Amino acid sequence: MTLLSLHGIRKSFGAVDVLHGVDLSVAAGEVVGLVGDNGAGKSTLMKTITGIYRADTGSIEFDGEDILALDPGQRRRLGIEMIYQDLSLAKQQDVASNIFLGREPTKRLFGLLPGFVDKGEMDRQAARMIERLGAHLPSINRSVGSFSGGQQQTVAIARALTFNPKLVIMDEPTAALAVREVQSVLDLIRRLKSEGIAVILISHRLNDVLSVTDRIVVLRHGRADADLVTAKTNMNEVVSRIVGGGDIAAAAAHEQRG
Amino acid sequence: MASETTRPSFWARVQHISVERLHIRLESLVVLLALSAAMALLSPYFLSLSNFLNILLATSTIGVLAIAATFVIGSGGLDLSLGSVMGLAGVAGAFVAVNLGWPSVLAVIACILAGAIAGYINGQLVTRAFVPAFIVTLGMLGLARGLALVISQGRAIYGLPPEIVYIGQGRPLGIPMPVIILVLTAIVAHAALAYTRFGRHTLALGDSEGAARAAGIRVEHHRRIIYTLSGALAGLAGLLFTARVNAGDPTAGINYELTAITAAIIGGTNLFGGRASILGTMIGALIMGVLQNGLTLLAVQSYYQQMAIGAVLILAVFIDQYQVRKESRV
Repeated sequence: MTLLSLHGIRKSFGAVDVLHGVDLSVAAGEVVGLVGDNGAGKSTLMKTITGIYRADTGSIEFDGEDILALDPGQRRRLGIEMIYQDLSLAKQQDVASNIFLGREPTKRLFGLLPGFVDKGEMDRQAARMIERLGAHLPSINRSVGSFSGGQQQTVAIARALTFNPKLVIMDEPTAALAVREVQSVLDLIRRLKSEGIAVILISHRLNDVLSVTDRIVVLRHGRADADLVTAKTNMNEVVSRIVGGGDIAAAAAHEQRG
Repeated sequence: MASETTRPSFWARVQHISVERLHIRLESLVVLLALSAAMALLSPYFLSLSNFLNILLATSTIGVLAIAATFVIGSGGLDLSLGSVMGLAGVAGAFVAVNLGWPSVLAVIACILAGAIAGYINGQLVTRAFVPAFIVTLGMLGLARGLALVISQGRAIYGLPPEIVYIGQGRPLGIPMPVIILVLTAIVAHAALAYTRFGRHTLALGDSEGAARAAGIRVEHHRRIIYTLSGALAGLAGLLFTARVNAGDPTAGINYELTAITAAIIGGTNLFGGRASILGTMIGALIMGVLQNGLTLLAVQSYYQQMAIGAVLILAVFIDQYQVRKESRV
């Protein structure tokens, strides 16, 4: 069953054309790798899915619904979550504030005045989510900025998973992590898949992409240039599709070493 | 050095609780008490109920402006037009009541509406025209002041109706009305900033605009509300001042933004947004009030008071930035 389908997505910033008509589809519970050179348009494409950018032309359907006109908050409510490369955390706020930002549960003060944030409920649910991820944070009442990179990543992941998403987009989730932390992110992706949650993984680390994805889409010059089944491809083919010809053997060898 | 490896000291824990639960920086409370003690030693008149009420009364206008500054700075913005908008609002209210002879209720509404409109224009320009807040509100500082002088033809408007004067000079139960209004405003503002979604989104916005946007918060819309709110509060401050001095003075509030922003900053508001508390700001406003009151009791010329406020602002930001750098190194 197709969960997300994009057709003919175009996006330009002023005179710079970034996306020239991208087609992409993701099935429920499918893990799709999105790879491409720097400047190929990967992050821009993802932000048109989350609604941070509005596509100039083209259509986006999610769960059978046309979502092109929806803002980021509405798309989140439909079940599209993204873990940004810069994590997009509010560093001076605590863990629960970040996880629930924009979706805070409210209660009535003294049973009368509505609209007050239910901090106790937020803290409880945040602690439960962090525990479910098997992570350890010094304290959930501390500002997120005082945590290590891996711990901040945990908070960003917890935020993406708390509201039962159907699709999770991860932009370079392993770029800044230690080896052991990379494994736990890859395990998490497999776990999401087993729970029927679709994942789009953007990564430069092709070994990671080849090990967890079902399909690999190569973005090149603003187009989906190749759509490869992971089980039937290999490092050499992926690399050659990314660089688009040229000295493929040398590029592949370089990637293998790296 | 040794304390860094052992468990947090008693002081650190008390500090933690005051920041987490009460949203105030303990240092500012210590400064307030130390300053009050010093003034009490230096002047026999300082420790008296009437002087205490004097300080609160003198703090009321600045206090309301400082609340406005706290919201704007907490959201990562800046409003330099607070003092001018306050002056414009006071003149607008006096013009409606005296020159037009309309009912006092309309004059009160005119004060707050004039402020809100100025703030709304600030918000529109910041979010739609992409002019930096520093420039927009600096321009509004000149525009609002000029308009106040045009409306009043450069002269104070006297002869306000008694209902309005009561707002500034009335003393139900012996407590000055402006003090009551400040306290009520501060309670509502504190609840809004610390315990509602609106307040949390305001601080998140000041912390990281990208994070707020990714979380689905309508960033530009929120900023426009904040600037409009700031203007409306400046309008309220204008009402309090006009009612207290019984005149719509077009030169009212000159340099008040300096004092208001200083109060917010020494109360613990992060100059770059993301951290702010109304309780802290109230302590900051009291520090400014005690400082000015004490210097007046000690017969220090008001020119020196202005210098003192400017110096306190720079010192407060220096200490805050020093602490931020120290914490980020650990």
